[in-house]
Amino acid sequence: MKQKKSIGTVFKNGIFAENPTFRLVLGMCPTLAVSTAVFQGLGMGLATTFVLVFSNFVIALLRNIIPDKVRIPAFIVVIATFVTIVDLMLKAFIPSLSESLGIFIPLIVVNCIIFARAESFASKNSVLLSITDGLGMGLGFTLGISLLSACRELLGNGTLLGIQVMPESFQPMAIALRPPGGFIMLGILLIIINAAGKAIAKRKVMKAKEAEL
Amino acid sequence: MQKKLIVSPGPHLHNHAVSTQRIMLDVVIALLPTAAAAVWFFGGSALMLMIVAVISAIAAEYVYQKLTHQPVTVSDMSSVVTGLLLAFNLPANAPWWLAAVGSFLAIILIKQLFGGIGQNFMNPALAARAILMLSWTGLMAANVLPHAGQWVAPLAADAVSVATPLTHGAEGFTLWQLFSGDVPGMIGETSKLALLLGGVYLLIRKVIDWRIPVSFLGTVAIAYFIQTGTLYSVESGAHNVLYQLLSGGLIIGAFFMATDYVTSPITGIGKLIMGVGCGLFLFVIREFSSYPEGCSFAILFLNVLTPLIDRFTTKKPFGFEKPTAPAKEAKA
Repeated sequence: MKQKKSIGTVFKNGIFAENPTFRLVLGMCPTLAVSTAVFQGLGMGLATTFVLVFSNFVIALLRNIIPDKVRIPAFIVVIATFVTIVDLMLKAFIPSLSESLGIFIPLIVVNCIIFARAESFASKNSVLLSITDGLGMGLGFTLGISLLSACRELLGNGTLLGIQVMPESFQPMAIALRPPGGFIMLGILLIIINAAGKAIAKRKVMKAKEAEL
Repeated sequence: MQKKLIVSPGPHLHNHAVSTQRIMLDVVIALLPTAAAAVWFFGGSALMLMIVAVISAIAAEYVYQKLTHQPVTVSDMSSVVTGLLLAFNLPANAPWWLAAVGSFLAIILIKQLFGGIGQNFMNPALAARAILMLSWTGLMAANVLPHAGQWVAPLAADAVSVATPLTHGAEGFTLWQLFSGDVPGMIGETSKLALLLGGVYLLIRKVIDWRIPVSFLGTVAIAYFIQTGTLYSVESGAHNVLYQLLSGGLIIGAFFMATDYVTSPITGIGKLIMGVGCGLFLFVIREFSSYPEGCSFAILFLNVLTPLIDRFTTKKPFGFEKPTAPAKEAKA
């Protein structure tokens, strides 16, 4: 196992190489359900980021204390604590967002990105690295869900963050805001991003070959 | 590096008269009466929609295959059929971009992204129609009165959208109107006469099998006979067998959509199951849901079930025995 992980690579890892939405394809339930408007997507992403950073932090702190056999319940208790904090904070300060996200805020408790990072990263790495990983993964998720919701809001409503972007004559494509539209749009984004990733990797190989020559 | 093809024993016949291109050409020929009827009843706008849909379907296929460095298969004419069928599923005063967007969705999203011809899991034209229906419900429901023989719609008829024969409370059409196509509706689904002509041509040419259309229409007829108890009477409005058989997209669906090779079962029993299933779902959706027309959703649903139907109806090869425990086989 590689022991030397720099903070920079861990941070970038969450955003690009292992982007939870486009690479790991984790946390699909909130991604598909709340990505109908950029504001909601952004809110969901940042709420998840908050929980991810703090749960990674606490789990990394406790990683040598938690017995292996009960680690899942222990993770749930830690994660649920922070989700409750987020839930109450949103209710108090941004009630409109809290209302539109509804059940999906409490459901962050069972978000598989958070579990995956707790299980595979925070329980094995130092506190600083775990916080960085949480931040990177969280921002990667925010990026993914915001991108998806931007596409859906633009096509389905002609707006971005509630501001009219498309010309007046544009007839919104209502299916983009419905569940099937979410799946279709996510599929198209996955195609584009995977194709772009492959193209970049190819170029890197070509450059390396050129450098050798 | 490619592995050599494994050739199985047995006679291999190849009939050069049967090619994808020839089959698709037959379908286009079978669709021509309907196209003519559409132009007769809905005039220039119907012609415009058909041209836009076909051209954008061909363009979408060509551009996608060029971009992804695949062999271009535009010449097999399947995209022409898709474009034409899609145009038939639009109301006469749909804007031209609706036809173009629909064709792009059908060819790229439903067909090419899943691997091109032969790989689509749903009928491309129908799936595109469903997407358009859910996206631009208002535009797709804007049916106009037919204006037989006139190139441009009379001003009064053009602006209003009217109820189709299946809309509840608008059941005032005679059987002949329904049969000839002199009713409001999608441009290609109103004229049952033209559709049946095309359907019979396909049956004679053996392009399609009789099982799906017959079991589809039969199931709908039986279901409505059980529900209404009348074959036909003027007083019963839409509540009789013949009226239901002749309205909506049932005929075009039964002959041209449900019989798509790629998305219907290959075995005879499977085809019967497909037809009966389509009929039952159409009945359920027409009668018990808020959608007035269930044909496309019924067929799409059975399209998705096709692999399952195929799996359970495949014939057992002669002399085939289920492999027993592997230990015994090793001994033998």
